[in-house]
Amino acid sequence: MLDQLPAIIIAVPLIAAAVCALIRNETVCWLIALVVAFASFVGSATMLGQVQKYGEDISYKLGGWAPPVGIEYKVDLLAGYVLVLVSLIATAVLIYGRQSVKLEIKKNLHGWYYTMYLLCMCGLLGIVITGDAFNAFVFMEISSLSMYTLIALGKDRRAVAAAYQYLIMGTIGATMYIIGVGLLFTITGTLNMADLAMRLVPLLDTPAAISGMAFIIVGLSLKIALFPLHLWLPNAYAFAPSAVTSFLAATATKVSIYLLMRYLYTVFGFGFSIERTPIPEVIMVLSLLAIFAGSFTALFQENIKRMLAYSSVAQIGYITLGIALANATGLTGSLVHIFNHAVMKGALFMLVGGIAMQVGTVRLSDMAGAGKAMPLTMFGFVLGGFSMIGVPGTVGFVSKWYLAMGALENGWWWIVALLMLSSLLVLVYMGRVIEVAFFRERPVDAIPLKEAPKSMIVTAWVFLLACVYLGFDTSFTVGVAEQAVNVLLGGVQ
Amino acid sequence: MSSLLFHPALPILIGAFLVLRLNGTARSILLLGTPLVSLALVWSIPASLIAPDGVVISIPYMEWTLEPFKTDKLSRLFATVFGLMAFAGNLYALKQEKVLELFAANIYIAFSLGVVFAGDLITVFVFWEMMALASSTIIFSAGTDTARAAGIRYLMIHLLGGVVLMAGIAGEVSATGSIAFTSMLPDTLPRALILAGFLLNTGAPPFSAWVPDSYPEASYSGMVFLSAFTTKTAVYVLARGFPGAEILIFIGLFMIFYGIIYGLCENNARKMLGYSIVNQVGFMVTAIGIGSALAINGAVAHAFAHIIYKGLLIMATGSVFYVTGKRKFTEYGGLFRTMPLTAICCIIGGLSISAFPFTSGFVSKAMTAEATYVGQYYWVWYLLAAGTAGVFLDVGIKLQYFVFFGKDSGQRPPEPPLHMRAAMVFFAILCVGIGVAPQLFYQLLPYAQDYEPNTPDHIVTQFQILLFSGAAFFLFLKYYGWHLVNSLTLDFDWFYRVWGRNIAVAFTQNAGSARDSIIDDLSKGAKQTIDRIYHRHGPAGVLARTMPTGRMAFWAIVMLAVYLLVDFAFM
Repeated sequence: MLDQLPAIIIAVPLIAAAVCALIRNETVCWLIALVVAFASFVGSATMLGQVQKYGEDISYKLGGWAPPVGIEYKVDLLAGYVLVLVSLIATAVLIYGRQSVKLEIKKNLHGWYYTMYLLCMCGLLGIVITGDAFNAFVFMEISSLSMYTLIALGKDRRAVAAAYQYLIMGTIGATMYIIGVGLLFTITGTLNMADLAMRLVPLLDTPAAISGMAFIIVGLSLKIALFPLHLWLPNAYAFAPSAVTSFLAATATKVSIYLLMRYLYTVFGFGFSIERTPIPEVIMVLSLLAIFAGSFTALFQENIKRMLAYSSVAQIGYITLGIALANATGLTGSLVHIFNHAVMKGALFMLVGGIAMQVGTVRLSDMAGAGKAMPLTMFGFVLGGFSMIGVPGTVGFVSKWYLAMGALENGWWWIVALLMLSSLLVLVYMGRVIEVAFFRERPVDAIPLKEAPKSMIVTAWVFLLACVYLGFDTSFTVGVAEQAVNVLLGGVQ
Repeated sequence: MSSLLFHPALPILIGAFLVLRLNGTARSILLLGTPLVSLALVWSIPASLIAPDGVVISIPYMEWTLEPFKTDKLSRLFATVFGLMAFAGNLYALKQEKVLELFAANIYIAFSLGVVFAGDLITVFVFWEMMALASSTIIFSAGTDTARAAGIRYLMIHLLGGVVLMAGIAGEVSATGSIAFTSMLPDTLPRALILAGFLLNTGAPPFSAWVPDSYPEASYSGMVFLSAFTTKTAVYVLARGFPGAEILIFIGLFMIFYGIIYGLCENNARKMLGYSIVNQVGFMVTAIGIGSALAINGAVAHAFAHIIYKGLLIMATGSVFYVTGKRKFTEYGGLFRTMPLTAICCIIGGLSISAFPFTSGFVSKAMTAEATYVGQYYWVWYLLAAGTAGVFLDVGIKLQYFVFFGKDSGQRPPEPPLHMRAAMVFFAILCVGIGVAPQLFYQLLPYAQDYEPNTPDHIVTQFQILLFSGAAFFLFLKYYGWHLVNSLTLDFDWFYRVWGRNIAVAFTQNAGSARDSIIDDLSKGAKQTIDRIYHRHGPAGVLARTMPTGRMAFWAIVMLAVYLLVDFAFM
């Protein structure tokens, strides 16, 4: 049973999705999804534990075909870390989102929602677990297609347009990715990533390999929403149902970042893509642009869901900045931030979901005086805001700290200064919400507010408390990330 | 860990939150009780916990240990005076109707106690930033538009200072691997940044102007709280972190004369006291720059005394503001007739700040002067003496003369309410008490010393300085008097114009068309900058617009081209 875990955590959600499609009863589907997601979480955590314990990667030969011919599922520390993250968020969003899904999605679509949700989770887990370049594309398509559907399920008709835009852009990204993989396949004749890495070594200088690399990076950048390819993201996040946004923001882009790290550090190898090409410099410039452009744009948003979406663009910039720093400390910061951002942004989107439910809109001006009526939600927003700013004692500080230390290791003082300055921008745009909610009086004629449903508040607060807990006890996030960085840097350091 | 429950900040912090819920007597008891509990905690810290030999409370954090509760004589001294100030401030603000101000003031006090007991840089930073947020809330809670604007400028400046501080801390930790907050010299870039971050809160140049700009905009009681904590925690961290950093001597001297000169030209009484804060903190910063045991003793003793007499002065002028609703010297005059108690308290405060013998200012400043002499900084000694004379001119005479005496304005306002009077009398007694029995006070100081300020020699010297400067005031009063004050109405003020919402520019300019046109230009420039940012980043901006899908695809191709180009070109 334990040996079959890598296949199980992919196969079970897939089958469960089909079952949900057949049943389509809201309660049953929700239960199935919850059980499956939780089981995936347990499975992922078990595998991560095993890898940590025995110090060797889990390799699973799908259908008994040995790699490089057959498809290999591979769980090392890095993959295990991201698997745990995805399955954990998936479970939490299911607990959180049931009420808001009922409200925001038409009744006859509830069954489909859970079907798509499970499919999407399956795809995301698959991207992480597979050791095969083409198989990753397949899972990417599974997750993306289901994600487009999930976004379009929103009652807001703009959601359809947003999903359509995402679909076009996502497809371009996936196409570029597969072109890149194809180029690599033509010169190496293999699709297994480990095998690719080996066979590419003598071929790295060939135009095919370099072009392949460029295609793959741009394709993944689109999926990551790395500036300036982020334009699909704000609308998708803003108009999707709240639960979908929480899930999407916390997982989808992160998984693509994982894949990008894999390609840069493992497939093409540190010695080539990082040391010999100017790719880190390009990514660094784009990351900084993402941080500042995203934050500045967030400053002026009236729709707080869009505001948080632009803030995600900026936060993705922090993560990719760590990739560009290309030292152990910076990469640790990057990996830690993948987890930390998922936790804090997930929590914030959950709170916004509650606000959308009670206030009826997510416009900033409609939230005047919400602090009094929804103290748990708004104090949660303050705490989440602190974490986003990077106040010591929260997770936000931990990841920014490692990034700053990574920059200092390279002697890049100015990056530290920019990081600190960008925190100020976060303070301003989060501060706007706090100011409106706490310091403005609610208009007399506005509808009276009450706290969001318990299930939403509780899940959001569990995440917020995790922000503080993981801000102090970093043994899980930093501990695993530091080990996982060794996977990426391999024998380099 | 459990010892954290005995952290002196805790009762005040809890009290602050309870204040939001309570009314009437219960609130009064709470406001007066929590500082006393805090003081009791400060003085019940067992000897075993007093550093350097004592045990320190530590919490593991990331790869370090935080030390949120570390005590030595220096921190105990500051905690004591902060406790006293909290008590008097709460007493003075007892009937403040704006609960938000009371809440903000009390968490502000609690956070400053947090800084005072912090044993590591991260803890210092956290409380430092929290103080900035809390203190700007005090300014906001005054509720006027000018207060709101001043609060935003204040917050911006302080958050920028926090950025500098954090960058310094990050560099320091990266270089040394330790977060311990120990004494250092600004010999590396990170340390220089830490020093700059600390100095910003003292009101050091070039950002001295935040003090007189923001503090007077707080309410009558808000300024009392503000005057005590931000600049004095900054003095505390300098005394702990940078004793003997010579650059501080120059910065301190600059602050002394900046405060005097601008103070002399100022017509707004409370704003003048803001300048006077910069001036007084200048003395402390200078002393810390000298760095000998006597000088540090002088600096912290001065901080202790200063909190009390400056609190007293601000309470007195706050009372005048409270009963008359007016702010300017030109609108006061002859108020001693109906406000004798306020006048007497204000005079005691004025004498203290001027280092009049047998007041708290004398026994504290005398040490700094002595330290410069012993340390052979003779020129500093002369400048300090000149500074003292200037202070007497400013706060010792000008303030008293124009508010309580001088030309009768015809107003006959009543004394302020009982609790405000009680707070003033309490501080007035402390001012005189410390001056008369200095040895008791000296026992609180971080370094043991054998020094007697009240010797005939010292007293005679001091009287000479004060007499001549007093004579100068009345001699030149004819020229200085109404004409000068009137013509300077609102002449000196300063503006922060926000560029890109990040960069604040301070500038001071005389009245008249020149100033107006410059302000016009600046505000136009700022507006244009913001418009430009808005155009690019705003809801309809180029970077925020809902892009046509084709445009997005275009960017994807551009990026592909970029990667291909750079890879082939630079490999």
